[in-house]
Amino acid sequence: MAESKELQVKEKQELAAPAEQTRSGLIFTPEVDIFETDYEITLLADMPGVAADDVSIDLRDGVLTLSGDVKPWDNSEESDVLVEFEIGKYYRQFTLADVIDQNKIEAKIEDGVIRLTLPKAEKAVPRRIKVSTG
Amino acid sequence: MITRSTINFPSMGWKNPFLGLERMVQQMDLLTKTLHGMPEMRLFPSSVFPAVNITEDNDKYYVRAELPGIKADEIDLQVNGRNLAISGERKIQSEGGNTRYHRREREAGKFSRVIGLPDDIDSDSVDAKMVNGVLSVVISKTEASKPKQIIVK
Repeated sequence: MAESKELQVKEKQELAAPAEQTRSGLIFTPEVDIFETDYEITLLADMPGVAADDVSIDLRDGVLTLSGDVKPWDNSEESDVLVEFEIGKYYRQFTLADVIDQNKIEAKIEDGVIRLTLPKAEKAVPRRIKVSTG
Repeated sequence: MITRSTINFPSMGWKNPFLGLERMVQQMDLLTKTLHGMPEMRLFPSSVFPAVNITEDNDKYYVRAELPGIKADEIDLQVNGRNLAISGERKIQSEGGNTRYHRREREAGKFSRVIGLPDDIDSDSVDAKMVNGVLSVVISKTEASKPKQIIVK
């Protein structure tokens, strides 16, 4: 039976912000899996600490923008013993080659993982064209 | 003071032979100072997954870890003496046939970490919560571990 490998710590990737924020804070790029079938493109992003209300998804001009707000924990009374990761918002942008049917986009967030389903528009669905002889 | 070296080329050699070296030391100091200000340079990356933040106040320890995609009942949390052991496995579901991946950045696998806390803890009052992929564990200190205020007369 194959042993699944041990997870390694990956440092959170910070975004070299193109635009300055109005509030100070760190921005991280979430890790994503993107895959497509014939009918839709699915995006899965790891955004721990983000609740359903704090996600914003924007699709315009073929650019998909995904961002999530993380509420900083209120630890004014607490002093640090060991700090190994920072808290910050998540932000990532993608350009989409396929045309997406914007009305049918679905998004679900569970346990800090957001699942974004982008159905392709009718004309982008690959069709097999039958070649007839004769 | 300008001198002439053996090849008849004027140089400032005698004034301060270490000038170039001093300038390099100054630039290195500047670099370390700037790096100290950057948030990611203060952290020493841990070698064991998951990365945790441990904070404390007078009565409790707070341990937080980011574990996205893992449900509360998939985490094995144990307290033993002063140690907190967190282990589990992250699984990524397979998506069925005919999928073409553009990117695969998320990782799946097992993890196991034992965290030693600096003081004795009360193992009966440990409260753990898993919200939005963030695990928060609140552990109460024993009475003997709490700091005592001494009044100076």
